[in-house]
Amino acid sequence: MIDFDNVGLRYGMGPEVLRDVTFDIPKRSFQFLTGPSGAGKTSLMRLMFMSLQPTRGFVRVFGRDITTIPQRELPTLRRRVGIVFQDFRLLDHLTTYENVALPLRVRGKEETSYRTDVIELLQWVGLGDRMNVLPPILSGGEKQRAAIARALIDQPEILLADEPTGNVDAPLARRLLRLFLELNKLGTAVIIATHDLSLMDQIDARRMILSGGRLEIYE
Amino acid sequence: MNKVDKPNPVRKPGRRRKIVLRPMAAIVPATNIAGRSLMLVISIMSFLACLTLGAVIMIQDTANSWQSEISREVTIQIKPDEGVDLQAALLSARDIALSFEGTTDATIVDPEATARLLEPWLGEGLDMDELPVPRLVIITIEEDNPPDFGAMREALVKAVPNVHLDDHRTWVDRLVAMASTTVVIGLCILALVFTATVLTVVFATRGALSGNHHIVEVLHFVGAEASFVASHFQKHFFLIGLKGALAGGLAAAVTFAFAGIWASNSLATPESDQATALFGGFAMGAGGYVGALAIVVIVAVLTAMTTRITVLHTIIEIDMIRSDPTRSI
Repeated sequence: MIDFDNVGLRYGMGPEVLRDVTFDIPKRSFQFLTGPSGAGKTSLMRLMFMSLQPTRGFVRVFGRDITTIPQRELPTLRRRVGIVFQDFRLLDHLTTYENVALPLRVRGKEETSYRTDVIELLQWVGLGDRMNVLPPILSGGEKQRAAIARALIDQPEILLADEPTGNVDAPLARRLLRLFLELNKLGTAVIIATHDLSLMDQIDARRMILSGGRLEIYE
Repeated sequence: MNKVDKPNPVRKPGRRRKIVLRPMAAIVPATNIAGRSLMLVISIMSFLACLTLGAVIMIQDTANSWQSEISREVTIQIKPDEGVDLQAALLSARDIALSFEGTTDATIVDPEATARLLEPWLGEGLDMDELPVPRLVIITIEEDNPPDFGAMREALVKAVPNVHLDDHRTWVDRLVAMASTTVVIGLCILALVFTATVLTVVFATRGALSGNHHIVEVLHFVGAEASFVASHFQKHFFLIGLKGALAGGLAAAVTFAFAGIWASNSLATPESDQATALFGGFAMGAGGYVGALAIVVIVAVLTAMTTRITVLHTIIEIDMIRSDPTRSI
């Protein structure tokens, strides 16, 4: 679904933040992306989300070279990828329910067709009683769960989650991990960028470790 | 997500509590401080543009009325002299003038009226017989079909002594030139005010939109088409533009209406007469109201168009970052 072939990335005239990165994300796979701060995890996630282009090498998403995808086709491709941003990016004037429903709303779906799904998902991530609350009132953990729910609501083919358990306690982190695993069982490829070793130790999954711009993969 | 949350006990029938949700909020947030400022800027600029338009129309109407009033009349002047029967000369001149095609009326200005004309300079109680004051015959002519002034002048000179025909051409030509200049200056000012309005609306709209950059970005990243995002913002800002422009246009119309009421209430006072003679009545006329409405529509459409272009540009910028990693979000 995603193929990286000798990918290098540098910002401006600076050093390469990613060097000769080669890997693929198969269908229905589950992997952790880890590494020290500043190792390039977020840059790698952005490359996978087609919001950056490599300085060298090839990145293919759904079989398409991302450097040749026309701008008008990006929304359609991005709908197949769910993303949880590290800084959540919730819209402050929309309630939790409305934020989570946003991907379905922008696809032109009627509210009656997704209302139950959104409510059930919010209840499952523990935000059942926070549906009418605006993001500025939510705690960090609640915002994170809302951002995760928004990424999951349309059952994407790939889920990219940047530090999805960074602001939640251990029991909720385990619960969210179970949610990611269930989603994976339903056919979604999951990539979780995290520092949380205890989270990674809970399941036997592929580990992609970034260090000094280079990637090592432990199957 | 109905398959994902199967283990969730909340889904069991009978345990579901009724969930009340507020009606879906608009994707673009309701007017914030930037939106209110934009509305205020638009209303002020629309007010000024409509006011300028009204003033230009008023000046044009006044210039036209000056021109038409003066060109509707000509004056025959007869100077008194020894041995000249002034009354007979006045009657003869009137008859000659009326014999020409294109004249509709002729009035001899009687001695009392002549004395009243001279009153500001010579005071009251003037005895006209003591002074060699010229007498006048005012001839009303058809504006669209004026008589042959050359032939009339020749006939008068032959029949009446000390006669002079003043067709006011010099005045009319000067007034036409002055009125045309005034209207051109007015139109230039209108063009400047309108250009300023356009630029202010464009930059104020872009300023108000800059506060919504994050919304555009999130919508784009959750898979919204560029046209979907642009149409939502466009609709929202069109309403802001329309409300602001309507407020400004209405305020200008009300200003003109109040000025008109004030002018009509002050009629018959010397100040009012002078103001009316110089500037005409305070009225925009039907053309003025249509023009003001056009300004309102143009400003609202301009706001919407600027919004659309800015949003589409923002989305292209976001994707440019994608093409150029040296640019940051």
